[in-house]
Amino acid sequence: MAQIFPRSANSVAKVSIVAGVILAGTIVGAAYTIDRGHFITNVSIAPDQPVPFSHKHHVTDDGIDCRYCHTSVESSSFAGLPPTETCMSCHSQIWNNAAMLEPVRASYRTGESLSWTRVHDLPDFVYFNHSIHVNKGVGCATCHGRVDLMPLTYKVNTLYMNWCLECHRQPEKYVRPRDQVFNMSYEPPPNQLELGRELVAKYKIQKLTDCVTCHR
Amino acid sequence: MEHVRHDELDRHDTTIATLPPTVDPGPDDVLGPGHNYDTVTRKISDVVFLPIKRTPRQFFIGLTVSFLMANLLLLAVGWLFVKGVGIWGINIPVGWGFAIVNFVWWIGIGHAGTLISAILLLLKQDWRTSINRFSEAMTLFAVAQAGMFPILHLGRPWLGYWLIPYPNSMWLWPQPRSPLIWDVFAVTTYATVSFLFWYTGLIPDLATMRDRAARPFLQKLYGLLALGWRGSTRHWQRYQMAYLLLAGLATPLVVSVHTVVSFDFAISILPGWHTTIFPPYFVAGAIYSGFAMVLTLAIPFRKWYGLEDLITMRHVEACAKVMLGTGLIVAYGYSMEAFMSWYSADKYERFMYMNRMMGPYGPSYVLLILCNILIPQVLWIRRVRLNVLAVWIVALIVNVGMWLERFVIVITSLHRDFLPSSWGMYYPTIWDIATFTGTIGLFLALMFLFIRGLPAISIFEVREEVHHRAHHGD
Amino acid sequence: MSSLINIQTKPEETPAASTERSPSVDVTGLREKLESAKGPEFWRSLEQLAGTADIQKFLDDEFPERTPDWKDPAKRRDFLKVMGASLALAGLSACTKQPAEAIVPYVRQPEDLVPGKPLFYATARPCSGGAIGVLAESHMGRPTKVEGNPSHPASMGATDTFTQASILDLWDPDRAQTVTRNGQISSWINFIAVFGGARDDHATRQGTGLRILSAPFSSPTLASQAAAFLAAMPQAKWHQWEPVTRIPGYHPVYNFAAADVIVSLDSDFLACGPASVRYSRDFAAKRRVMTAETPTQQKQALQRGPNEDRPEGAAANQTNARESVAGQATMSRLYVAEGTPSVTGAKADHRIRIKTSEVPAFAATLANALGAGGSAGTLSGNAAQRIPAIARDLQAHRGSSLIIAGDFQPPAVHALAHAMNQAMGNVGKTVSYAAPMDFNPTDGIQSLRELVADMNAGKVQTLLILGSNPVYDAPADLGFTDAIKKVKLRARLGHAFDETSAYCQWHIPEAHYLESWSDTRAFDGTTTILQPLIEPLYGSISAHQILSVLLNQSDTNPHDIVKQYWTGRVRAANFNAWWQRALHDGIVPDTAAPLSTSPGLPAAGASPQASQGGLEIVFRPDPAIWDGCFSNNGWLQELSKPQNKMTWDNAVWISPATAKAQGLDTADIVEINYQGRKVQGPIWIMPGHAEDSITVHLGYGRTRAGRVGNGVGFNAYALRTSDAPWVGSGARLRKTGRYWFATTQHMQEMDDREPVKVMSLADYSKDPEVEAERLPRELTMYPPFSYAGYKWGMAIDLNACTGCQACTVACQAENNIPVVGKDQVSRGRHMNWLRVDRYHRGKAEDPETYYQPVPCMHCEDAPCEVVCPVAATVHSGDGLNQMVYNRCVGTRYCSNNCPYKVRRFNFYLYSDWYTKSLYGVRNPDVTVRSRGVMEKCTFCVQRINAAKIESEKEDRRIQDGEILTACQQVCPAAAIVFGDINDPNSKVAKLKAQPRNYSLLEELNTRPRTTYQARLRNINPEIEKG
Repeated sequence: MAQIFPRSANSVAKVSIVAGVILAGTIVGAAYTIDRGHFITNVSIAPDQPVPFSHKHHVTDDGIDCRYCHTSVESSSFAGLPPTETCMSCHSQIWNNAAMLEPVRASYRTGESLSWTRVHDLPDFVYFNHSIHVNKGVGCATCHGRVDLMPLTYKVNTLYMNWCLECHRQPEKYVRPRDQVFNMSYEPPPNQLELGRELVAKYKIQKLTDCVTCHR
Repeated sequence: MEHVRHDELDRHDTTIATLPPTVDPGPDDVLGPGHNYDTVTRKISDVVFLPIKRTPRQFFIGLTVSFLMANLLLLAVGWLFVKGVGIWGINIPVGWGFAIVNFVWWIGIGHAGTLISAILLLLKQDWRTSINRFSEAMTLFAVAQAGMFPILHLGRPWLGYWLIPYPNSMWLWPQPRSPLIWDVFAVTTYATVSFLFWYTGLIPDLATMRDRAARPFLQKLYGLLALGWRGSTRHWQRYQMAYLLLAGLATPLVVSVHTVVSFDFAISILPGWHTTIFPPYFVAGAIYSGFAMVLTLAIPFRKWYGLEDLITMRHVEACAKVMLGTGLIVAYGYSMEAFMSWYSADKYERFMYMNRMMGPYGPSYVLLILCNILIPQVLWIRRVRLNVLAVWIVALIVNVGMWLERFVIVITSLHRDFLPSSWGMYYPTIWDIATFTGTIGLFLALMFLFIRGLPAISIFEVREEVHHRAHHGD
Repeated sequence: MSSLINIQTKPEETPAASTERSPSVDVTGLREKLESAKGPEFWRSLEQLAGTADIQKFLDDEFPERTPDWKDPAKRRDFLKVMGASLALAGLSACTKQPAEAIVPYVRQPEDLVPGKPLFYATARPCSGGAIGVLAESHMGRPTKVEGNPSHPASMGATDTFTQASILDLWDPDRAQTVTRNGQISSWINFIAVFGGARDDHATRQGTGLRILSAPFSSPTLASQAAAFLAAMPQAKWHQWEPVTRIPGYHPVYNFAAADVIVSLDSDFLACGPASVRYSRDFAAKRRVMTAETPTQQKQALQRGPNEDRPEGAAANQTNARESVAGQATMSRLYVAEGTPSVTGAKADHRIRIKTSEVPAFAATLANALGAGGSAGTLSGNAAQRIPAIARDLQAHRGSSLIIAGDFQPPAVHALAHAMNQAMGNVGKTVSYAAPMDFNPTDGIQSLRELVADMNAGKVQTLLILGSNPVYDAPADLGFTDAIKKVKLRARLGHAFDETSAYCQWHIPEAHYLESWSDTRAFDGTTTILQPLIEPLYGSISAHQILSVLLNQSDTNPHDIVKQYWTGRVRAANFNAWWQRALHDGIVPDTAAPLSTSPGLPAAGASPQASQGGLEIVFRPDPAIWDGCFSNNGWLQELSKPQNKMTWDNAVWISPATAKAQGLDTADIVEINYQGRKVQGPIWIMPGHAEDSITVHLGYGRTRAGRVGNGVGFNAYALRTSDAPWVGSGARLRKTGRYWFATTQHMQEMDDREPVKVMSLADYSKDPEVEAERLPRELTMYPPFSYAGYKWGMAIDLNACTGCQACTVACQAENNIPVVGKDQVSRGRHMNWLRVDRYHRGKAEDPETYYQPVPCMHCEDAPCEVVCPVAATVHSGDGLNQMVYNRCVGTRYCSNNCPYKVRRFNFYLYSDWYTKSLYGVRNPDVTVRSRGVMEKCTFCVQRINAAKIESEKEDRRIQDGEILTACQQVCPAAAIVFGDINDPNSKVAKLKAQPRNYSLLEELNTRPRTTYQARLRNINPEIEKG
């Protein structure tokens, strides 16, 4: 009787096996790349803000210390966001009619708060405390990157759990002397590990990997 | 072979006239008289190629009913995802309800197939031939039902994949000490191997179907599935090897799967769960229920399609005997449980057993003993074993009994544990029942489609049988 | 609501009509409202109207208290939301994009506010007959929790269930939210205009026809305003009414610290009354039996290796640790004679079960036996033969014994109690009497009777009701509801638009005590100045403002009113300094009322009426929702009553024998026929209840409480008459149907399992080690955890615990625990992390009752940990059993494997995601759990972490007592102690070293971190052979 399949079917069958494997691999790979890509993690994406605030200008050009605006970073879980008042303390004098700053002045006039878009946004089931990190010698730049060089603010780390654990499991790789915490341009010394171990001992830094450290 | 006119030999004409009359050879023979290679092939493949008008009415009725039940499952699961597991009767203390009961029940049913195919193959049991394909399919579909429940019963089913170890952004792995993780592996492995075993066994028959198929589409379809089988000696030689290997692989799984499932309970500290006898008697129970289900399905099947000469009384009786045997092991399990709870002198154990027998759920326990232990004893009587209807009814009863067993184990142990203050009751809701009914529907629907789509009896193995008696005659 | 419009057209029609109408909504009425109301307020007004039954049906009710019936179309609309919500949560953990979130800074930031840190303000919660001093916690200006004020005499740092739950009332979505006139949106200005007119009109007639009705109050400022008002309008009258009143002007103050033998004559001093918290503390302290260094302790000391690190701070806090666990070798003995099982009765060493109406006879007989007047009467049961023994015991403790008469007993009994105390020389030692402190003490019932009479006589043109809700809770025989309709102008100041508001043209939303300035006095007269934590949420008004309107004063700012009052009275060099300090401390120095030895009782009134056959009927405030003022409080509605663990209902309590005689069973619905009035309610068979007697609880059957309280339970006020407010006779029962209860505990017997270990003081002091027999400790295959730093543990003293369940509510408030509603509770799905188990021992008629708080045990070898497939519950470095919600997939295996069943599961989306106002009460430091995750007690890990962080910043160890768990902080009896077991000097370590210490289900070798101190009974050998 007549053949149902042409002779080529044999080779097709063989090829299709290989092709199938490759296809599956590609799909998984693509999915992974997208999932870890900027689009999902928001890393290095600067969201729109009511005012295009430039840390670069304020920190590097004007030399304002982080704590001038983020007042409670050393004492509270929340680093603090400057009230409109703080902005106006300068901008009532300088740039006091720049169109760019109108939202700030409006807020000051009307008493309506400015509504910024969070750049570093942890899920609601994560409880992060700035003060303890700062007090144990974790520099601003360690997590937030060189904010002092950012015209528009974006995050440089995913803030995913594995990223947190990297430091919680071996803090000695990241800690710096307390007096260097707010130094944005601090470069870890070549003997970081050595120094790190010293500091870990000195500051009684624990490797906090209990779930309840962050989740409660 | 008598002379047949050419037009009668036309392959497309599936008249049964030329087939030998359907005669059940009785409990001593696995094949009816008058069969040759051709008749066997035609008889079995005709079940698939039968034109609509000659397909038994029961097929359509059965398929419709089970399909509707399957839709009930869809509804129940949809509602479950919308609302959460609160729609079921579960609570604190009874955290597990129908979902887990059904899971264990279905997994148990899924045991017969592999056992029949693999172990009986290795044991060279002739009566496995014409029921193995059928029961393997049953295994697959049962495991499919079972596989649904562990996901459905989660509070957050969309996170079920967290039970699978994969590199993730949380740097977390599953917790290897939990039997639920062992389950994941046990069940998936079992499902995979069972499928391979079943499919491998199908290949030569798929080729036969390809050659017997009338329409080009079907030829192509079966052809694809047959993976280019040509029946050359080399094919057969490789095939035998692979099949044997798979059989060897599947055999330990038959034991392992339900052992692991029983760990879900045995590992815990709960009186009534925390029992070392669980693994063996779960396995026995599984085989028990598996064979019961095989009979439940095979008996109507052979009747509707007039296959009494292929699935003979020999098969029925053999299965009945296996049921009797495993049933006794299960009975031993029960009595041991009872004995140990007394012998342990542990007040919780003792209370648990008294509560199991006389507590609020006492009736279900009594019923379970009736269904699983007392009634099946009638199978000692040969006349009963040889009465198809009686065997079928016993099989049905055992199915019920085995479900009750899981119900009793899960519910009565949970509802009254250690602190009287936190004792409670469990009442199934309509959604519990709907889900269960739904899985039964889906299961049956799949069986019906299988019967209609694939050779439900292994053609080539029956041919072997024919060959066997033709040449090494008896 | 239709009825409200009716009031506007023809005032004489009663709103009762609307509630009896079929659920179908009066749409025409609603449409009228739509037209009448304009602009954005309309929605507020509709919300405000949501209290009424029919509107409720109309509104899509998203409150999760009602677990959705799947047929309910309103519910069906929610599914997508619920689904979406759940998926969104899933998204956070699966590969989904996180939604953008706004962050909103202040415009001008308050100086003392550090974002992310809570602030505490001292104030007080006024309650009937007194006040409880509290420290209210504020997160970014949002009051979220109240704690006790340690320096306040009525609190001592603890609070009761009501105070804990009062924070929820602040955020109650059913609060009245605007001033309304005839149900229409109006304004405070309009009210002043209209009422000012009325006032001036009355002023011309010296206030004739102007009446004010309020609850008795002690606020000095309000009192002075009231006095000024009455001076200005001598013909005006100020009536006082409160359903649960005490004898006016009679303020006994007990000193339990000095009492070795206590006899309670139907007095529930541990649970009822303005001083119950303080009394619980003193009473428990007197019963805390501590044995010095014991063999067990030495053993433990040995087990501790010498190289184990000793905390630096240990030496420092050794002292305070020692005094805090101070106890004595013996304990006081308590006799309770009562008919209705009470929390105090459960603590009794000997409980004498007599009918409530027999208590006067019992008192008389006892007095007679003590030679303190009184004539021996006839008593039922074994009461009579108990009395001599009790008398001897009392006489053996002259000056250190105490006889207490119950608040709900007639003055005669109090007089007898005083006579006995005098005879025993206790007056001045264990009991003394504070000078009257309320404004113009008056007998509430008499006062209300007069008001009704005058209203009927048409003598009242203007009625102003401040707070009280007489339409609902006035005695049934007075006919207040009919009378009030005869008044021309009716105004009501109230928390919600309730039954009484429906009969008043004007409703003014009343300010919550956390919203307004005021002042109040505690049971002993100590005064607290109330300071608000937040601007009134809905422009609510305080009574002070109303009074200032009546006084025709321009200034209506409560702050100024209160401050002005005190400015006039305080002789302080620097008033502002004094003011600041008074606010900061939460008490005004030396304001305690002077104590005397004369009770100042009114002449013994009419003795209780003679029995008219039938059953005795006893009225009591509800253990959970008191007199009904907390009806709309979900936390309290779902709080199981200590006596029978029932939620969301009140019931007709009856003794097993009487029930048998009546052919009744629990959950039978009966019609109570009492003095021609009929009410239907379900039966509850209550072991230990007096024979031929039933008890009904007030506060239920509300029709306009709000979405939570409406139509829950039956209204016992409908039976209550003015001549017999607390106990009457002649009640008859007739079975009419069946009912279903929602209880959190179905079994009362302990079985042979003894979860609560009890022994007599005698046995204990003979051989304390009896309780200390132990199974081998270290039976485990796992290597033991090593705890370098802290090792948290808890000790619960069952001898101190009174079963009041303040811990349960405190836990609910602290940990954002949702309310699930009656249906879910009845399915065994209540969510409270900390439950209080109640067990009976002995004969069913008159059993002993024991309470046992059960939080998570935080086992060393936790069964839950090994079975979780995703490691969502694991052991922490300091020995906590952690539960990680965001990792939980919800297999529920952990709960199945938990022998203590302390885990709770979110079977549905229980947390309310839709009622905006409830966002306010949430604790920002605790995750709000979503559907499908397991949850349980965490030892208040958020508090532990906070303390840890602070201590590490200061580079020191956490001091003992620095961390208080919510349950520990609230406990009136100080029965719960939490701390570091590694520190041998910590309170908790000392308690665990006591021979009384045992762990629950020890034989399972889970080695719980939470252990119990066995309950002791100080049995009188004359009465019972120990």
